[in-house]
Amino acid sequence: MAILLTKDTRIIVQGITGREGGFHTQQMIAYGSNVVGGVTPGKGGEWAHGVPVYDTVREAVKQADANASVIFVPPPLAAEAILEAIDAKIGLIICITEGIPIRDMMRVNVKLRQSSSRLIGPNCPGLLTPGIGKMGIMPGYIAKPGRVGVVSKSGTLTYEVVNALTEAGMGQSTCVGIGGDPVIGTSFVDVLEMFENDPETEMVALLGEIGGRAEIDAAEYIAKHMTKPVAAFIAGRSAPPNTRMGHAGAIVDGNEGSADQKIEALRQAGVLVANNPEEIPDLLANR
Amino acid sequence: MDLHEHQSKALFQQYGIPAPMGKVATTPEEAEAIAAEIGGKVVIKAQVLTGGRGKAGGVKVAGTPAEAKEKAAAILGMPIKHLTVHKVLVDPASTIVKEIYLGITNDRKAGKPVLIASSEGGMDIEQVAHEKPEALIREYIDPVYGLQGFQITSVANAMNLPKEHWKAFGVIARGLYACYSASDATLAEINPLIINGDNQLVALDGKVSIDDNALFRHPDLAEQRDLTVEAPAEAEARLADISYVKLGGQIGCMVNGAGLAMTTMDMTQLYGKDKGIGPANFLDIGGGAKADKVAKALNIILSDPNVKSVLINIFGGITRCDEVARGMIEAYNEVKPIVPIVIRLQGTNAKEGREIIQAANIPTLTAAATLTEAAQKAVAAAEGAL
Repeated sequence: MAILLTKDTRIIVQGITGREGGFHTQQMIAYGSNVVGGVTPGKGGEWAHGVPVYDTVREAVKQADANASVIFVPPPLAAEAILEAIDAKIGLIICITEGIPIRDMMRVNVKLRQSSSRLIGPNCPGLLTPGIGKMGIMPGYIAKPGRVGVVSKSGTLTYEVVNALTEAGMGQSTCVGIGGDPVIGTSFVDVLEMFENDPETEMVALLGEIGGRAEIDAAEYIAKHMTKPVAAFIAGRSAPPNTRMGHAGAIVDGNEGSADQKIEALRQAGVLVANNPEEIPDLLANR
Repeated sequence: MDLHEHQSKALFQQYGIPAPMGKVATTPEEAEAIAAEIGGKVVIKAQVLTGGRGKAGGVKVAGTPAEAKEKAAAILGMPIKHLTVHKVLVDPASTIVKEIYLGITNDRKAGKPVLIASSEGGMDIEQVAHEKPEALIREYIDPVYGLQGFQITSVANAMNLPKEHWKAFGVIARGLYACYSASDATLAEINPLIINGDNQLVALDGKVSIDDNALFRHPDLAEQRDLTVEAPAEAEARLADISYVKLGGQIGCMVNGAGLAMTTMDMTQLYGKDKGIGPANFLDIGGGAKADKVAKALNIILSDPNVKSVLINIFGGITRCDEVARGMIEAYNEVKPIVPIVIRLQGTNAKEGREIIQAANIPTLTAAATLTEAAQKAVAAAEGAL
């Protein structure tokens, strides 16, 4: 079954005629993802990468029965693109765009919580269900079908661990990048809950980083509710406080959000914490 | 992006917040002239983008213009933490009857703004949070509807603010939210907000931080950036769209992706800590690293004299490692670095990439297969150079 992205997912790409959107639409189709169309205002009626382009998400839902969207719209317009997808009752929205103002995301958040849509991201690599499809920018060939669920705040660090798992012969059920921004649609806890309930996921790899307290919340959830084993790596042990490390959310504010604090909370919750992301396959295999 | 106190207070004034302010001086003579203009007692305050300036001696009271000149001379050029004071604000001195804290920031977990108030103003708010958490009042704000009157009333009530000040407090709280919201601030704080000798509420000191991602719609704020706080290498990186933060160690790191860049730093520390070796910088080169960007990043890393070895870690997802390897050789020939470089390529066409590095036969350039091996080699290379 995997989580979030299944055979029944009918994907559209918002920003399909842009450079990034176009390139990754090709990659998604080449991987076998069920892309049914794209949206670019003013280009409705045209075709791109073998699929029809619509002017609005509403139109794409009506004509192509879309139920999921990947957003590659530039930062100034990305929040509006998310609102458009929510308005059209798209169930699963993945926003890849990096650099959306926090105020825009806080406003989107209000609408999102009143809706039945799920948003993943922004500033994330998206989703990959090996053998089924991908929504976003994760390279498909590094993954293979299997039973490890992967959830991460980061992009290339996720690829690193997925690749290491695959090389160790451990396939993945679904890989989810939740994003490195301060305000995001889906948290670690949300994804852990889905993995816990997914019969095809046997164990979980969680990749966190400094900033915020999402990993602490994850530790609390794991201690209370998870029966499946979890291995984790937290990036940023060597980062100094009060300095932002690339991701808008990766900053230790005062005493909150340090790597050591998160590692300690995860260990207390029974999570196998790696010192080095390359240890994760071994930790899961030898648990 | 952080604004200085004088910039923050000027912004507050635009939103109707009483924030009495003198002028900014860059020389002792200017400070003297401003003090003469103000007349009476003044306060000379270092304009520096870091906390703890009071403790560092960056705030001094002067009774006369001559004294203002003398005090300004002592403060200008003073180092506070890692920064040098280039400007002072000369403000009229105030009588402080009561100090209050009032700030608005983004709450990550709630995903909305939060107003924080405390009748324990003047001191570091993190210290209050730590020592007297019950003294902090938190009021969450709906970002669509904004701060409401009843919320302000309950905050004023909770902090036992005398009722005669409620009206003025309302104007200030609404002004602060308007300023925060309209400026795309991540923080707008008045600390302290005081009741002065005339029984009026005024903002004595302020701090505003703007969301870097929103600067595109605030050109007026973007141009207030203080370029002196940024090291030349950091400014160069920002203009080249490279994310770079200088740290204290010896191993220069070049990585694609922020999470992996932090991980690479951590690995140099993991294997180097016992030997006193660690990361010299955070550097995220972004996606699709082309030769010119690799060369620029290499130059930025090597501009730090502490760098004894360089660790390049690229995970090719969509990016092809053979292209990165070719870019690396090109960059190498352009920059001609003398420090040893360890390069680790993984992902798409990694094998071809490693072959290109090996075929180039550059004695100071070593390839590694895993991140562990790369970190260990970079630590050994830095150790050899120490």
